[in-house]
Formats: sequence, C-alpha cells, structure tokens
Amino acid sequence: MLILCAVIFLIAGASDPASRFSDIGHHMMCICGCNQILLECNHVGCPASDGMRGELMAAVNRGDSDSLVEQAFVQKYGPTVLAAPTGKGFDRVAYIIPVIALILGFGLIVMVVRAWRNRPAPAIAGGLPPIRASELDQFREQARRETEL
Amino acid sequence: MAELGSFTLLLALALSVYSFLAGLIALSFQKQKLATQPTSSKAPNLVPQSSGFGSLLRQSSERLSETARRAGIASFGAVLLASIILVVCAFQDNFSIAYIFHHSNRDLPGPYKFAVLWSGQEGSLLFWSLLLTGYAFVLRLRYKTDPRLFAYASVALAGVQIFFLSLLNFAAHPFAIMQGNLPADGSGLNPLLQYPEMVIHPPMLYLGYVGFTVPFAFALGALITKYPGEKWIHITRRWTMVTWGFLTCGIFLGAHWAYSVLGWGGYWGWDPVENASLMPWLTGTAFLHSVMMQEKRGMLKVWNMWLVFATFWLAILGTFLTRSGIISSVHAFAQSSIGDWFAWFLVLTLVVFLFFFVKNRKHLVSEHKLESLASRESSFLFNNLLFVLLCFTVLWGTWFPKISELVQGNKVTVGAPFYNRVAIPVALLLLILTAVGPLLAWRKTSLESLKRNFLWPTIGAVIVAIFLMITPESWGSVFGLKPWHDISYFYSLMAISLSVLVILTVASEFYRGGKVISKHTGQGTFASMVQLTHRNTRRYGGYIVHFGVVVVIIGLAGAAFNQDQEKEMGYGDRMSIGPYTLLCRSYTEDESPNYFSQWAMIDVFKNGKAIGSMTPVRRFYKASQQTSTIPDIRSTLNEDLYLVFEGVNQDNGHPIIKAHLNALVMWIWMGVWIMLIGTGLALVPNAQAPARAPVTARLERAQPAPVVTGD
Repeated sequence: MLILCAVIFLIAGASDPASRFSDIGHHMMCICGCNQILLECNHVGCPASDGMRGELMAAVNRGDSDSLVEQAFVQKYGPTVLAAPTGKGFDRVAYIIPVIALILGFGLIVMVVRAWRNRPAPAIAGGLPPIRASELDQFREQARRETEL
Repeated sequence: MAELGSFTLLLALALSVYSFLAGLIALSFQKQKLATQPTSSKAPNLVPQSSGFGSLLRQSSERLSETARRAGIASFGAVLLASIILVVCAFQDNFSIAYIFHHSNRDLPGPYKFAVLWSGQEGSLLFWSLLLTGYAFVLRLRYKTDPRLFAYASVALAGVQIFFLSLLNFAAHPFAIMQGNLPADGSGLNPLLQYPEMVIHPPMLYLGYVGFTVPFAFALGALITKYPGEKWIHITRRWTMVTWGFLTCGIFLGAHWAYSVLGWGGYWGWDPVENASLMPWLTGTAFLHSVMMQEKRGMLKVWNMWLVFATFWLAILGTFLTRSGIISSVHAFAQSSIGDWFAWFLVLTLVVFLFFFVKNRKHLVSEHKLESLASRESSFLFNNLLFVLLCFTVLWGTWFPKISELVQGNKVTVGAPFYNRVAIPVALLLLILTAVGPLLAWRKTSLESLKRNFLWPTIGAVIVAIFLMITPESWGSVFGLKPWHDISYFYSLMAISLSVLVILTVASEFYRGGKVISKHTGQGTFASMVQLTHRNTRRYGGYIVHFGVVVVIIGLAGAAFNQDQEKEMGYGDRMSIGPYTLLCRSYTEDESPNYFSQWAMIDVFKNGKAIGSMTPVRRFYKASQQTSTIPDIRSTLNEDLYLVFEGVNQDNGHPIIKAHLNALVMWIWMGVWIMLIGTGLALVPNAQAPARAPVTARLERAQPAPVVTGD
C-alpha cells in the first residue's frame, strides 16, 4: 500500500489551470485571521481572501510553477500563509518525526513479539505440565470441527 | 445571589480539601494497620504503640474515611447549587455579575440562557467542576463494590476537585461583580453558540473529558495499593466505555455544529482545540483495545497503566491549550493566567504518577508469552501502536508551530494538508487491522483459517473498488473514481474498499456465529445472531462500533469529491453545481428581538426537475453586534447540497450565495449513531448461554489449556 501511495504521489497531480488553482489554493491560508484555508474562507468583505485569490489566479494563468507561486506568497504574506510546513529546512522535521516514530514503533513491536515468542511457557500452579503447542493445535481443530457450518 | 454563589464555591472547595486530607489520613493509617497484621513478621516495628492523637485516628480511620466520602458527596451538592445559582442569574438577567453581562442579554432565548453556564471561561470551569464532582458522587455512592480501591479513587478525585475549585475561587471566579455603573443589557452570547447543538455539544464533550479522570483515579489507586488481580481493570473499563461514548458523541456533535453553523462547508479543520479532543479519544480507544490483553492474558499491565494516565493527562493538556492562549486557535478562550495553573497541574499529576509508578512498578510485571505473530495479541500490539502514533502525530502537529517559532524564529501553519499527508496513511493501516484483528484468534491463527475467513470479504472489497472505478462520473459523488488522477482520490478509494472489507468481515463474524447457534438450537439465523450478540455483548457491541467507524470513514472519504460555487444572485439568476441548478426566487430581510436576518429563497432543480426550495440565512445579532450564517443543507445518502448566504452586494442589494456539494456527509452522522448504539450494547450485561454437557464433558476429559475466546 505504501508503494502504491508513492507511485500515485509521483504520477498524480493537477495540470489544468482550474485544478491547479484549486490545488494550490487549498494549500494556503487566508491571512485575515479566520484560520481558514484560502479557498474556504467565507467572509463577505474579507480584507484578504479576494485579493489573494486574484493573485493566485493570475500566477496560475501566467504558468508559474507551484513552488514559484508558493514562494511569492511566502515573501509577501510570511510563512504562515502556507497551510502546511514545506519540505525544506527545519520544516522537514514536521514530516520526518512521525515517520521515524512509525518505524521505531514497528521495530519495537517486532522485537517485543520475538522476545515474547522465545520465552518459555510459564509453569502452571499445582505441578501440572505446561500445555504443548501440538496439544493446543489439536484442541483448536476439535473446536473448529464442532463449530463448523 | 453572587454572594451565595461565591459562598457555595468556597464551601465546595473546603469540602473537597477535607475529603482529600481526611481520606488520605484514613488510608495511610489503614495501610499501616494492614502492615501490622499478625501475618507480617516485621509488623510490630512499623506502628508506634503510644501516640495519643495518632492512635485515636488509627482506631477511627474507617470512620474518618466515611466522613471523607460524605464530604466528597456533599461537595457535589455545593457545586450543583453554585451552578444553579449561575443559571438562575442568567435567567434573571442579573448583569451585576460580570460573567452574565459578558455572555447573555435580555432577549436571549431561554435554552441559550441555560447554555450560558458553559459559554465562557469561568462558567465552563464551573461546569467542568460540576461534572467532575458528579462523576465522583456516583463513584462515592458505589463504594461498596470495593471500599478500599474506591476510597483511593475518591481521594485522587478529591485532589483533582481541589485544583478546579481553587481555579474557580481564586483565578476565574464566575460570580465576580461588575465594576462601575450597572449596564442595562448584556453583551450577548457569541452568535456562533446560538444553535441548538451548542446546548448539548459542550456537556457531551466535557462528560468525555472529565470522565477520563475516573479511570485515572482507579489506576492510581490500583498502582498505590498494588491492587491484586484485574478487578480494577473490569471496573475501569466500564467507566472508560461510558466516557469514551460521551467523548465520541461530543466530538461529532462539535463537527456537526461546525458543519451546520460556521458556513465553510466542512466539519473538521484540524484546529488545536479540535485536536485537543481527538488526542484523549485516540489513547482512550487504544486503552479499550489493549485492556483486553490484560483481562484475557494478563499482559500489558504497564502499558495500560500509562495509557489510562496519558488519556487523563491529554484531556487536561487539551484544556491547557484552549485556555492558556499558548497555541492560537479560532476556538480558544481569551488568553489568561489560568494557563499557568494548568501547566503546574500537568506537572504535578505527572510527578505523582511517575513517583508511584517507579515505586510500585514491580507489581505490574506480567508473564508475556506469545505463540505466533498471527494472533489477536499481536494485532492488538500493532493496533495500539497505530492509535498512539496517530495521537502523537496530532500532538506533534499541534505543537509544531510553537517548536518552529522556538527553533527558527517564525511560526508555520500546520493545517489540513499536513494531517492529510501524515495521518491518512496511518489511519488506512489501522483500517486494515480493524478488518484483520477480529478474525485472528487468541494465541495463534492458522494460515488456512485466515484464508477461509478473508477470501470472500476481500473479493467483495475488490469488486466494490472496481465498481467505483468503472461507474460513470455523471453519477456524481464517489462514482467514476479515478485514483490515478489525484492522491486524495486514491486515499478515498482505499478508505472505501477497506471499509467494505471491515463491513464484510464483521458481517461474516455475525453470520458464522449465528449459523452455529442456529444449527444447535434450530432458531432462524437472524434470531440466532441476536442471541449471539446478547451472549457476548462486549464482543458484538464492539463489532457494531467497528461497523459505525467504517461508515464514518466512508463519509470522510467523500470529502475528496466536494465542489463549491459562489455567485451573486438577483431575481431569476441561476447557478449550477453538479447535477443541481439553483434559481433565486426571492430575497428579503426580517427582524426578531435578538437579531436582524437576511435570507434568500432558492428553488432547487436536480437534472432539470424541481425538488424543492432552500433558504440560507444570515443574521446580525443586536447585542453582540456580530453576524452569523445559518446554512441551509439538503442531505441525501449520496451528497449534501449546502447553501450559504454569504452577504449582500452593497451596490445593488443582491445576495451572494455560496453553494457546496459535499459527498457522503450523511454517512458520517449515521456512522456516529451506529457507534453509539454499539457502545450502549457493549455495556449491556451478557445473557447466560445454555451449557452443553457433551462438549464440556469431552473437553474436560481431554484436560484442555485455558484457551480464551471472545472479545
């Protein structure tokens, strides 16, 4: 699934101006203080969003690349205009840390599972011998037979 | 009235302090008493034999403990009285109280005057205290279940009560008096809060937040007392489930409120305050799963202890984020000094928990033994990892602007695109586990059994995915889905397909179990499935919750296909969106004592056929001088047509209408109902299954190992 995601990331992407306008506009914030995505800001008479949408449309129509458009907006409005951290500089840490946590977490669980599997079975009180895996399989098979449709 | 309110708050604090101190003293003497039992060889040295006052206290420690319990119960009465006084003041338009002046006005409708209690900082803290003492009241009444453990939990709860009541008495007083001339009318309630759901959303959310204090109190009690066995887990699990249900309800009521009131066409904005409610929900959900490992196999004792603590701690952290102003949010209360109080309380609870954990951690050692990676146990481990990872991601995203400011000197925004990129893949993995987990047996699952159980659900999910891709796009919503066009479409397709997989595996579990009962009892399959559910409500209630969750996820997956249009509409003007055509028939203005309103009447046609009229409204509230939109929403299973009256062109008076076409939103609200029904069902006690002698006898002859099934 992760590989499929990566492939789609590589091949997917908006190309026509309307899709690009929507795509980039949904990755930017309105700066009027409403804390909303630029294209979702719904204040009539908002002092910022109409002008910003106009600038975005003009840049898309000029054929500016996504990164150029974003760069121009950051220069004009500051880094908070982007709705998510960029993949550059310290901002990269925002994305790296969750991935590292995922990898470490998976690694830890695999180690824990392996360690627990290699443990000897706990002794049963009363001197009974511990149950063997083959016996468990036998009982499972019995249970399966008895509950089979 | 204000004086009486202040007095009751002070009384509640005094009672809580007494309940805490007296309970603590009683427990410490009971502990020493236990240590001096004749069975203990070193007992005689532990207790001084002749300390007058101490000896007296030792003798009457049980009585002291009882007075502590009763003081705790009385504290609920005092806080309840304070809350009633505040509400009565709101109904009496008593603007001499600053809180009432700032959050109410004379023409505010009655139900909203009642909601004034939780509409501002001070009132909501009073409401928090009311719920906390209310939960503690129930706990203290049910103390006979296990008097010693309940006494510890009661003391822990009294400690938390002291914190909140101190805040109310010394930092955020709800009965503070207005200075200067008495105003004729109040500033009014925030218009966004003047919506029916706002009367129930905060209580539900707070019931969820506050409720996690109870499992924490039990966990702390069990840790301090080195509580033997897993009984405390049984007690805690039911409280956690109730609390989890309330929090789920609160979160989705908030989402529905945002959708129905804020007028931006969405229901979740990844705002810090929204994230604050999601984090304890995620760890609470992880706990509800991992607790089964402890109950069935005696595993993950340390992990469960930390999960309970983290859930409580994150609920308080969320409140800290909301109240301190440390992280900017559209929801946040005004910045105030109470943020410091919360910060210190967070530190204190962490230190207390850490101290007892380090002191008594050996008590939590468990015999971990796994047979196979393909087992229910390992699926729970991965499930917990993903829940905690999701929680961490949300916490990380919430704090990252602050971290960025500290490191590179400027803030960044961490909004929906970040969470979509980071959290969605993790959520999809979790969805796979939701499908796989219930079909795995405890201890070990054979490959053959996995194949047998998964073949048909997988084929069903693949068929649905292909169907969605080959259907014509003109069907709208998620039909004609081309996952290679955009990553969000790919995520949607994955989410819907995996949800179908979960639904089919859940259905197959009901069907197979029902068939087995049907075979042995001769009942019909449906009646057998009902009986099956009644015999193990927790397991099958849980499956129904899973079903509800995937219905919600199908609804969320629809967001990738949302569309919107905006147009200034005069008489007879038209606008098209998807299969709908909107025709502006009229627009006008109206006035009520509380607000002025502007509204438009829009005729709606679908594929050229008239299907009705919609009336989006915009209000201007007189007291608060603020505007608010009331979108009109026409919901179907396939999509919502969502109209917003955005404003008026000042030159010609024409309304500006924004139309959203939001796919599958109704599925979200349906899914929540299913989740709540499942949660309620899981709380119902099991019916006794009739014993089947032949099988039992055979198994007994074979002396089987204690293989546990279910849940």
